Amino acid sequence: MNLRLTRAGLSAAAFFALAAPAFAADATINAADTAFMIGATALVLLMTIPGLALFYCGMVRRKNVLATMAQSVAATAVVSLLWFALAYSLAFGGDGALIGGFGRAFLAGVGVETVSPFAQTIPEMLYVAYQMTFAVITCALVGGAVADRLKFSAFLLFCALWLFVVYAPVAHWAWGGGFLARLGLIDFAGGTVVHLNAGVAGLVAAVIVGARQGYGRENLAPFDLSLAVIGVGLLWVGWFGFNGGSALQAGSRAAFAIVATHLSACAGSLTWSALEWAGRGKPSVLGLISGAVAGLGAITPASGFVLPWQGFVIGVLAGGLCYWACTALKRRLGYDDTLDVFGVHGVGGALGTLLAGVFATASVSAAAGQAGVSGLLEGRPSQLVAQAIGVGVTAAWCAVGTWATLKIVDAVVGLRVNADQEREGLDLALHGETLGL
Amino acid sequence: MKLVIAIIKPFKLDDVRAALEAVGVRGMTVAEVKGFGRQRGHTEIYRGAEYLVSFLPKTRVEIAVPDERVEAVVEAILSAARTGAIGDGKIFVTPLERAVRVRTGETDDDAL
Repeated sequence: MNLRLTRAGLSAAAFFALAAPAFAADATINAADTAFMIGATALVLLMTIPGLALFYCGMVRRKNVLATMAQSVAATAVVSLLWFALAYSLAFGGDGALIGGFGRAFLAGVGVETVSPFAQTIPEMLYVAYQMTFAVITCALVGGAVADRLKFSAFLLFCALWLFVVYAPVAHWAWGGGFLARLGLIDFAGGTVVHLNAGVAGLVAAVIVGARQGYGRENLAPFDLSLAVIGVGLLWVGWFGFNGGSALQAGSRAAFAIVATHLSACAGSLTWSALEWAGRGKPSVLGLISGAVAGLGAITPASGFVLPWQGFVIGVLAGGLCYWACTALKRRLGYDDTLDVFGVHGVGGALGTLLAGVFATASVSAAAGQAGVSGLLEGRPSQLVAQAIGVGVTAAWCAVGTWATLKIVDAVVGLRVNADQEREGLDLALHGETLGL
Repeated sequence: MKLVIAIIKPFKLDDVRAALEAVGVRGMTVAEVKGFGRQRGHTEIYRGAEYLVSFLPKTRVEIAVPDERVEAVVEAILSAARTGAIGDGKIFVTPLERAVRVRTGETDDDAL
């Protein structure tokens, strides 16, 4: 099936032919694409508030539930403001190999009719907002690795700094015209920028901050997994905006991305569950939802480049590999990545980014005037190489950048609460609140 | 007077309440508690992290009883709460020095 011959393809061809370079006139802004992307933006924001807030808070202990939710809310507020102020400009506002520029700082030049070169059929203002939701959730994800023991002030400062040290540069490299994109890296919706970044940062943070008191000895059982299930529901549906919206246009590619995403989630969920059922005797609800998230994270970079059945395969592999990473690997290496940010998002994101290089199918990503991207299975092993470089560079920069950021945060406000505060619970110690009876 | 404290399996509460009403008990205090005796706990597993939960949910029933009805009350609880499985619970009978009805100020047996 050749997508280029569809009616949507023909009108897209007309628009691309008419589009002037960089910031073109309103003739290119398409109502359908804009409407779709407004919806997608809202869906992705919903993934953080309250999706991630619920997913995370359900898995921590009762005394830390509110504090965990606070991180998602606060990350939304802090990262959003900084994104509009400066981070968007650094990520998407220039054509340097390593970083953008200050041209779009405080939305300078973003008018009613402006479009971004990266999304020419929607208002640039909308593109800024859409990308903002990705930055928000990436920062919020990191907190899960050090749940139950990180100071609120440290989390706020971490978000503010890490956004500029790690997120904006990597976003620029992969999506903003930077050197990884020029190398041919394909990352549809954030296998590297979002998931690998969050995962590696989480792991570094977990190692630097140290394990929870009583880890490995005390009962640290989740407060209420039903909240986590609700959270994953919001994440799963929101991912239709996360991956579907990354098509940036209302068309077939978004539909392909959504379907691949959904199949990966389903496959991941059942695979993790099956392994658990076989290995432990009972399939847990936590396993069902964790497998789904693993599948969702893994398909993210590949979703707009692969066929649905390939999405299914990616989900199966992610469900299996992430299950192993969250159980055997974590136990063997001994770190306390509390909510498995590395095990699910880090490992899943890396796996999915590599598999995108294996499965990329040209017909899915072909657009008017441009051939699609082929991966290993279509005879282009160089794509897999580009993916590996993307994974390596992202992980390395993230590790170093996160380490440096945490050192600074530690010097300014300190990272970890003291032993009494940890025992009393962050809700009371940091926020002066409790869940009540 | 005696204070009869019964630790029972939670699902037996309704049976115990009915049995106590049948022997003339008109009031009781009930609390959800945790505990263990010979009954083992269970293991919970969350993404590979295993937690042994030793404390099991139980229900604690407290009844203030005049001396002459203690035996009937204990017998009622026993027959209603017993399942025959480990973990059925315990009954403690402790001396009660004084009881006062808050609304009227009646004391001891008049307060029960």
